Amino acid sequence: MLDIKNLHVKLEDEDKQILKGVDLTVEAGKVHAIMGPNGSGKSTLSYVLSGREGYEVTDGSATLLGEDILELEPEERAAAGMFLAFQYPVEIPGVGNMTFLRSAVNAQRKARGEEEMSSSEFLKVIREKAKDLKIDQDMLKRPVNVGFSGGEKKRNEILQMAMLEPKLCILDETDSGLDVDAMKLVSDGVNALRSPDRGFLVITHYQRLLDHIVPDVVHIMSDGRIVKTGGPELAREVEANGYAEFKETA
Amino acid sequence: MAMLKPKTPEPRALDLAETRISAMTLPEGGWAEPARREALERVRKTGLPISRDEYWKYTKPDTLTAVEAPAASVFDGKEPPVFDQFDRLKIVFVDGVFDAEQSDDLSLEGIEIERLAESQADIHWAKEVYGRLEARGQSLVQRPLAALNTAFATDGVLIRVTGKPSKPVSLFYVHEVETSDAMLHHVVKVEEGAEVTVLEAGPAAARFNQCMEVEVADRATFRHIRAQGRDHERRAATHLFGRLGEESTFKSFTLTANGVLTRNEAVLELTGDNAVAHVAGACMGDGDFHHDDTVFVTHDAVNCESRQVFKKVLRNGAVGVFQGKILVEPGAQKTDGYQISQSLLLDGDSVFEAKPELEIYADDVACSHGSTSGAIDDEALFYLRSRGIPEAEAQNYLTLAFLAEAVQEIDDADLQEAIVERISQWLFRRMAT
Ligand SMILES: Nc1ncnc2c1ncn2[C@@H]1O[C@H](COP(=O)(O)OP(=O)(O)OP(=O)(O)O)[C@@H](O)[C@H]1O
Ligand SMILES: [Mg+2]
Repeated sequence: MLDIKNLHVKLEDEDKQILKGVDLTVEAGKVHAIMGPNGSGKSTLSYVLSGREGYEVTDGSATLLGEDILELEPEERAAAGMFLAFQYPVEIPGVGNMTFLRSAVNAQRKARGEEEMSSSEFLKVIREKAKDLKIDQDMLKRPVNVGFSGGEKKRNEILQMAMLEPKLCILDETDSGLDVDAMKLVSDGVNALRSPDRGFLVITHYQRLLDHIVPDVVHIMSDGRIVKTGGPELAREVEANGYAEFKETA
Repeated sequence: MAMLKPKTPEPRALDLAETRISAMTLPEGGWAEPARREALERVRKTGLPISRDEYWKYTKPDTLTAVEAPAASVFDGKEPPVFDQFDRLKIVFVDGVFDAEQSDDLSLEGIEIERLAESQADIHWAKEVYGRLEARGQSLVQRPLAALNTAFATDGVLIRVTGKPSKPVSLFYVHEVETSDAMLHHVVKVEEGAEVTVLEAGPAAARFNQCMEVEVADRATFRHIRAQGRDHERRAATHLFGRLGEESTFKSFTLTANGVLTRNEAVLELTGDNAVAHVAGACMGDGDFHHDDTVFVTHDAVNCESRQVFKKVLRNGAVGVFQGKILVEPGAQKTDGYQISQSLLLDGDSVFEAKPELEIYADDVACSHGSTSGAIDDEALFYLRSRGIPEAEAQNYLTLAFLAEAVQEIDDADLQEAIVERISQWLFRRMAT
């Protein structure tokens, strides 16, 4: 589903190489986790995949369902099924959460040549999904992420993911800042979306999240590369011993 | 009192005034004539604005002062007038002339409305207001175009509010003749405890000089919502004078789009304790347009609040100007004055000029002002796009969000919604073309 080959990325305005040959394949129906030390390039990878400006791909490729996504605009990637739950969700004063989500859902549908969702249907669906994530009506009406607590912002990301039903979901440290109950809510939200035709790339520092969202594959990223790939036991190893051993091999 | 700064007028400004005056006829007779003559003297003494005037540093006055109004083609935006869906008392002016046929019956409970041009009696309530607030508003800064208006305006409405009329008064302007040069003067007196909302919309003329004087008595409320635009070729100079009594409220909001030249001045005086005055504007300029908000708020009573909130979105060479002043007179303790002016520059071709000023002669006051100029927030733009919202649409959302603080100054939720709706239409229409 997602095929990343030898991906090299540097900063656009600086002579700084961040990704130094990432190879990664996420199959439909699978959950892949990426762990790795601070500054190893995990967020950069997720931004480059979703089309944020400021990076330059110097080598390699990335395709989603066979389509070269690196050439697409961020909104085109979204319509093609890419979704990033941000490590730091952005506050947008003045834009209502509902208005925003409804235009997002319909913009994607329009881009795919599908029929737009009516407002009554939209309301029905969003109420249901918000309830599952314990997001109240007031939060839906407020401006996007404005005045949301850290945990509320993360739940709002998952709500967006649930509404947009992407093909590939990247979660960048969605667990950070969550209390135990919220972690359960978010994990349930993610697990509910697991399906044979959807892939996940879950970036995290903690085994805790992976107890709830059990990964099929775990990767370790260090200094801009995937340095080790294994099963769920790899995450437990990191939890116990840290990254020292992988840094050496990198 | 703040010091008066008498200034010797430039000979060119005086010549300009004489030339203009000689091309017009002063309406004679009735209660307004003495006020007109006094205003004429004011113009003769000060002359008309020239580009060297400090107060006209950012906006060229020449096409506003010239004898001939530059022509402006009639604009058809192919959209229903902004306030059409509201139950209101509609008063129509075509190229600056009252149109009885298109206007509603002027009678409404709690309010008396009369046409300036027909009000010929010798004694009239409006005598206490007409030209008076305008003259007061000239004491610290000269506003010769307003005095010219007092002297020569041939039409307008006199509105006396004695109760709480069931619907807003809507002044609706129509532009039909390409060379029309309209001068309207409205007077509003809101009597003690009374309340009124005045709406204004529609392209008025090729050149439009308008003056509105609003006396808000103790415990009275005046609300004003105005939509200007998108008639691209208009030239407009408007003056809104307000004097507020004790515990009174004055709230004015203006939405402006495009127009080669628009200068909206608001001159407010808080003379009764505990009065509240808000003046706000949302402006959208897309192209070779120039828009100027000039505001002067004087606090001359205790415990009053004033707010100035101006937001301008500019692109493709549009120029936005804001000159805003808060003057706190000695003794105006517990003044709460707030002023913000911000521009969102959507490209490198657009310009925002701001001159925020505070002048404070009392010690127990809280006044703040701020002015910023910025581009679209890239982080927010990417966030919206990453959810599938196309760039132009995402930019529109952020533009709407930017204007929100000004639009939220409109108290009435339905009117606020109508304005937001109109801004959206203007933004998204651009995308469709
Ligand atoms: N726009 C930028 N400007 C400067 N440096 C950047 C930029 N983006 C990323 N970097 C640098 O690139 C490296 C990788 O950053 P990235 O955010 O991808 O790390 P990460 O693996 O997500 O770390 P963390 O676990 O702390 O979230 C860091 O050294 C970071 O400082
Ligand atoms: Mg990160």
